[in-house]
Order: sequence, then C-alpha cells, then structure tokens
Amino acid sequence: MRHLVPSAAAVAFLIAGCGAGDAAGSSAQAGGTLTVAVTSDPQCLDPQQAGSSDAITVNRQFVDSLTDHDPDTGKLGGWLATSWEADPKATSFTFHLREGATFSDGTPVDAQAVKDNFDGLVKLGAKAVQAATYLSGYRESVVVDPRTVRVEFAKPNAQFLEATSTTSLGLVAKSSLAQPAADRCANGVVGSGPFLLEQYTRNQQVVQRRRDGYAWSPARITNRGAAYLDRLVFKIVPEANVRVGLLESGQADAVLGVGPQDTDRVKRAGLVISARPNPGLVYGINVNRSRPLVADGAVPRAIQRAVDRRQVVDTILSPDYHPATSVLSAPTLGYVDLGGKLSADPAAATEILTTAGWVPGADGMRVRNGQRLSLVVRYYTPDSGLAQSSLELIQQQLKKIGVDVVLKPTPVAQAIQTFKDGDYDLIWGNASAADPDILRNYFTVQGLNAVRLTAGPLQDALYAQAGEGDPARRAQQVALAQQLLLDDGWAIPVYEPTTVVGLSAKVRGVRFDAASRLQFIDVQRAGKGGK
Amino acid sequence: MTRYVAQRAVRALFVLWAAFTVSFAMLYLLPGDPVSVMLGGSAGTYTPAQIDDLRSQYGLDRSVPGQYVTQLWHALHGDFGTSIRTGAPVAPMLAQALPQTALLALTAFVLAVVGGLGIALAATSSRRPAVRQVLLSLPGIGTSVPTFWVGLLLVDFVSFRWRLLPALGNDGWQSLVLPAVTLALPCGSVLAQVFAKSLRDTLREPYLDTARAKGAGRARVHLRHAARNAALPAVTLSGIIVGNLLAGAVVVETVFSREGVGRITAEAVLGQDIPVVQGAVVLGAVGFVLVNLAVDAAYPVLDPRITTGRPVPRKEADPRWSI
Repeated sequence: MRHLVPSAAAVAFLIAGCGAGDAAGSSAQAGGTLTVAVTSDPQCLDPQQAGSSDAITVNRQFVDSLTDHDPDTGKLGGWLATSWEADPKATSFTFHLREGATFSDGTPVDAQAVKDNFDGLVKLGAKAVQAATYLSGYRESVVVDPRTVRVEFAKPNAQFLEATSTTSLGLVAKSSLAQPAADRCANGVVGSGPFLLEQYTRNQQVVQRRRDGYAWSPARITNRGAAYLDRLVFKIVPEANVRVGLLESGQADAVLGVGPQDTDRVKRAGLVISARPNPGLVYGINVNRSRPLVADGAVPRAIQRAVDRRQVVDTILSPDYHPATSVLSAPTLGYVDLGGKLSADPAAATEILTTAGWVPGADGMRVRNGQRLSLVVRYYTPDSGLAQSSLELIQQQLKKIGVDVVLKPTPVAQAIQTFKDGDYDLIWGNASAADPDILRNYFTVQGLNAVRLTAGPLQDALYAQAGEGDPARRAQQVALAQQLLLDDGWAIPVYEPTTVVGLSAKVRGVRFDAASRLQFIDVQRAGKGGK
Repeated sequence: MTRYVAQRAVRALFVLWAAFTVSFAMLYLLPGDPVSVMLGGSAGTYTPAQIDDLRSQYGLDRSVPGQYVTQLWHALHGDFGTSIRTGAPVAPMLAQALPQTALLALTAFVLAVVGGLGIALAATSSRRPAVRQVLLSLPGIGTSVPTFWVGLLLVDFVSFRWRLLPALGNDGWQSLVLPAVTLALPCGSVLAQVFAKSLRDTLREPYLDTARAKGAGRARVHLRHAARNAALPAVTLSGIIVGNLLAGAVVVETVFSREGVGRITAEAVLGQDIPVVQGAVVLGAVGFVLVNLAVDAAYPVLDPRITTGRPVPRKEADPRWSI
C-alpha cells in the first residue's frame, strides 16, 4: 500500500500578496454568501497574533485600523482616526479619533481603547510577533481626551504611522484584551470591523456574518454602510488543483493562491484573475559578503547584469507578475524605480568579471588565482516550486557568463540556524512589509544580517531612515539605501511577489488593501444571492 | 485465555510507551525548530532578541531530558500540552477531530472489507478463466496507484465535472463518499490479494476434496469450508490495515479538505508542532494497539488451536471439516 505525501500541501506556506480590481457583473444585489477558498488554516483568529498571509486575510474583516493606506495612491488616509500629528523626531504620535465607531459588543472605540490595545500588544510580547516589531521602543499611550490619544516612544520609530494601517495593529474591545492569548486565537476577538465571527472549524472553514450598523469604512471604499453580503465563508483547501476546480465548478466564488500554472486554466473557464504585487522585499538573491568569492562585490555586480528578469517572469511565472525594479516592490512606501540598473546586459557582466581578474577556465567557468567561480545559493523548502525553477533558470543564465551556481534546498525549519551560520554565498528570499524599514530589519545587524553588512554608507542610510520623522528626508534615505543595495551588489532583485486571486465572473467589488489582503465590504454577487 | 489476553495487553502498553519515546526522540533530534517554520524565510528580518523571546515562550529553551520526563508524566495523565502554533490544548483538539477521522476510517474499512473480500470470492469462484484473471488483476492496480492521485481524479470527475458530490468538507454522508472510497481502495486491494491467494491455497487442501466427495455444493465448499480457514491471514492483515487507514487519512483529509486527526497531523509535522505530533502519534498507536488486541482476541474464535499454545503443524486435520 502506498501513500504519496502531498507535496502540494506544502504550498500551504505560500506567501500570498495583494491586488486590486473589480470583476464586472450584472444586476449585483445585496445579501447572499460568498465562498472563498484559502490555502491554509488561519491557526489563530486574533488579528493581533495572526501571522500567515491567509490568516491575515481572514482576520482583516474583523477589525479596523487607526489609519488606512490607500493601495492606489499610496497615501495614508483616515479610518478609526480622522487625523494625526507626528513630532519631527518620530517619537510621539497624536491621533484624533472619529465619532461613533463601536466594537461589536457596543463599547466605543475611544482613546482609552486605543491605549489599552497598545499596552495589551506590548504585554502579548513575542506572541504578537509583527506588532512587536512595529511597537519597538514603545513607552506609553496618553489619553488626552476621549477622542484624542498620544502614543509615545522611547526612541524614534518612523515606521509606526504606516504600521497603524496594518491588520496586526487592528483594534479589539476591552473584553477581548482581558482574555488569555490562546483563547483569543481559538475563539476570535470582538472588533469593530464589517464582519463578525460566526463559526470556526479548524482545518475546514471560518464563517463570518455581516455586522449590521457598520458605518466607518475608509473613504476609498465605495460602500459607506454595512457590508452587502450576509455571510463570508472561508474554506480551507490546501490543494491548488482542488481550489481552482472549486472555482470552475461554482463551489467557490473566489480562490487565493492561484499559481502561475493555473492562471490559463482559470482564464479559459471565463473566470477573472485579479493580481497585485505585495509590498515588501521582492523575491531575489541576497549576497553574503563575508564569503571570499563575492566579498569584493565584483561578482554580485556582474550577476546583477547577467540575470534576465524578464525571461524569468515570462518562462516561470505568468503575466500577472512583474520583474523587480528595486529591492523593494512597487507598492512599498518609499520605493524608487531603479529598473534602468537591472536590464539584462551579459556583455557588461562579462566585462565586470574580466576587469576583476576572473578569466575563463578549463570547463568554461571562470577562475581567479586558481579559484573556480562556483557559488552556493540556498533556498528554503517547502517551496511553491517557484524558487527552485526561478533559480534553475538563473543558473542557466549565469552559466553563459562563466558563473557556476549550485542550488542547495534547505528545510525552512533550519532557517534561523542557516541565517546565523551564513553557510551560503547567495540566499533566495523575500519578506512582506508595508514599510521600507524592512530593509533595516533584513540587511543590518539589528536583524540576523543575512548579507553580513558592516559599517558604511548603506548601514548609515538604513539606520537614519528608521529615526527620521520628516517624510521627505526619510524618503531620501530610503532611496539612497535601495540604490546602494543594487550598486554595491548586496541584493540581486528578481521579481515582485504577487497575490493572484481567481474570481467568479458573478462577483464584483473585491478589493485589495495596501498589504494586498482582500477586503469584502464592497462585494456583491450577481444573480441569486445565497448558496 | 485470560493469560493470553494479559500477555497481549502488556505488549500493547510497551508499544504505546515506545511510540511516545521514539517520536519524542525523533522530533527533538531533528535539526531545525518550530520558530523557524513559523517565521519562514523572513526569519532573517527579526532581531536575535525577538527570536529568543519566541523560543522561550514556546518552552524550546528547556533541557531535552527534563522535557521528556515532564511530558511523559503529563501524557500519562492524558495531558499532551498545548500546540506551539495555536496555543490550544492538544488533547481536546485531537478529541474534537477524532470522530470525523473514526467515521472516515470505519466507512473506508467496511468498504475495503466488503469490496476486497467480495472480489476475492468472486475471482476464486468464477468458472471462466478470463473473468477470474480480470478480477485477480484489479487489486494489483488498486495497490499501485497513489491514493493522492486517485483522490484528485475523483474530485475532478465526480465533483467538478459531473457535480454529483461535494469536493470537500464534513457535511453529511455526501461529503464522506469520495474520501472513504479513496481511502478504501488501497486497503481493499491488499485484502483482496491476500484473501484470494489464501483461498486458492485452501481450496487445494485435501479436506476440501473430501468435502466435495461427500457431495457439498460449490457454494458450500467455498463459503462454509474454505472461507473460514482462509480468513486468518486477512484478519491479521485487518489490524495492519487500520494503521494504514490512519496514515491514509493524512493524505485523504488533506486532498478533500476534511477536518480530522490526519489533517491535524500533516499540519503539525509541516510546522514542527511537536506537542501536537506527539499527541497524534500516541493516539494513532492507541488505535493500532486496540485493533490488534481485538485481532489477537479473534484468533482463538476462528481457530481454537491458538489458545492452547501447542504447536500444530499447518496441515494437520481440522476437526471441523468432517461433515
């Protein structure tokens, strides 16, 4: 008897991204149930503790945030706070709250509630792993009056304002804050969002019900009142194949985690693909500069020009994806378009190598001082398959300029040890984040320092942006950091992580938020409502 | 009889302890840690202090022998700790999922026994060599196709194309059909293979010639005389099949997105959620041990010689064959 372990179940760990778009539909109407197939169990129904991408999508509907990052304009707008001020040192932020917003237990979303939430998040500590990063240096919140709260930090925290728009800093009622962390995960929380938890069956489904009387959606949302749908059902379906089949056969109205191999099938079935790049670090190769072959930066700079990103997107991915144009993806705050530095130019790459003393050796790979140019690139498994196939194509591209690349799949369970050991020349990866401070987290000793960055102009820029309260001056530092990361050969960006969603043609109004998680308050179904 | 059962019960307890200990050792000797799995490739964006906080919150910084003793003591009291990933207590989590898996496994088991034994009986009793050949080759196909693939095919045709049954979930008998058939297929096939072989061997025994000579009809020879004696290997196998059903549930529950112990196990293994994996291993071992105890208890009923413990040559005349 044999049982194949479903490698596709591993895809449960697939990073989902973002996207925006409406599916055209006729005679849409209020009511009904929308069924969404997601890739993995949310594990935790507390937005403040939820970690995985699918968990954040499920949890996004329960809570509102202080601010709203408009995915189209990139501007921070009001939500539970209508306006705010920050001091120039980025240590003190004052929020003015809107009137009338309540949690679903009837208690008001007031200054005390905001204070209780931030205090509670700090108490959750490592359990709220995202929030812990966002609230780094938190000192206290001061209730100025019932509608005004001031949040203070012991050290500059420039990314905090952006962070207040995330699901991780979504606000919950006092009754939930009083619960133990594990109970909040298992039973959900009381939020002020457009949907309420109705039922959760582990590994099967999360059923949400419309909150009547909801009237405080962000300004960019067309629907000013309660959600149109009666119910929202998230079905947990680990198999990519089954998810697409559910959509095709009408058993689901929307599916997350549509892989490049499935997009044609979805389109042929007359369904709609909606995609949006995820903010954060793009998929790419980062360079461990403590290793001898890449230490002087010449080889990484050559690889930078030898990688044909367009070919990777055309061959491995789908038209929904875009080649990277910086180490940050386009929707990330502070992103600058450096695409001109990243066009494929094998001749330029060859010249960099030759100038640096690397000459063709006996087997076609280059050598210098008797050392063969062979680099180890690690990537983490389980992998959706995209890392491996992208790296195999890049391996071919680099072979042409005489650079040998050896792929080393590494179990994700060893990720921390791998970063600490640094037993690699190159490492594949990405990270989701709305704020460019992710660069400091990934590329400096304040994180695990995957690239072994040492003191210098790049480190200065990364530290400076974190404490810069003036948005324009901060943007300058972020732009400088992106430029140095590419020019000095620390990072070789490849493609933008992208959330690809399949939608039934009957559905309209599915929106992406700035983090590329779906929002359902505007969603209507054509034809008969419920199922 | 009492001594026989007591002996088996002591062995069963040893198996449970061994399952707990071996799974503990394996999980703790594996390189890697649950915090890495949780943070994934973006682990590199967290500070060493944050990572240490996480490790200590999940109790991963305690000494391994200390953890073993504490966990074994708690496990003896039915407490398997809390999930690293969700913080939920493990025992209730498994207890809640168990009925779904039990229902699935039981249905699959019944399908496997009825289908497997049915095919074997049909094949050995058929007078036409062509029919017999086709029927005998079916189980071979059933054991060689991967469960995972069969499940996907069934979902694709029965649910997505013909829209006869739901593709997933735990709602009612309709959602049970496809997973149970998928799970039953490899088990039923093995049962059919073993039972058909044993039936053919038994049918060649001299005592059946005697039965035929005394004028017993074809059906009587087959069902009354041969089947009972031929059933022993199949009964032994049923015990093993239950183990395979639990393993198969991991795959089937994932393909059909069902709630159940198999699905919890799969997720826990991928996430290195050690307490959950241990709970699932021990639960699986309990199931396996109980079924095998039942099988051991069934032997003496099928073959009274077994209780006496006296060695009996296989071909010795069976007192029951006289007509």
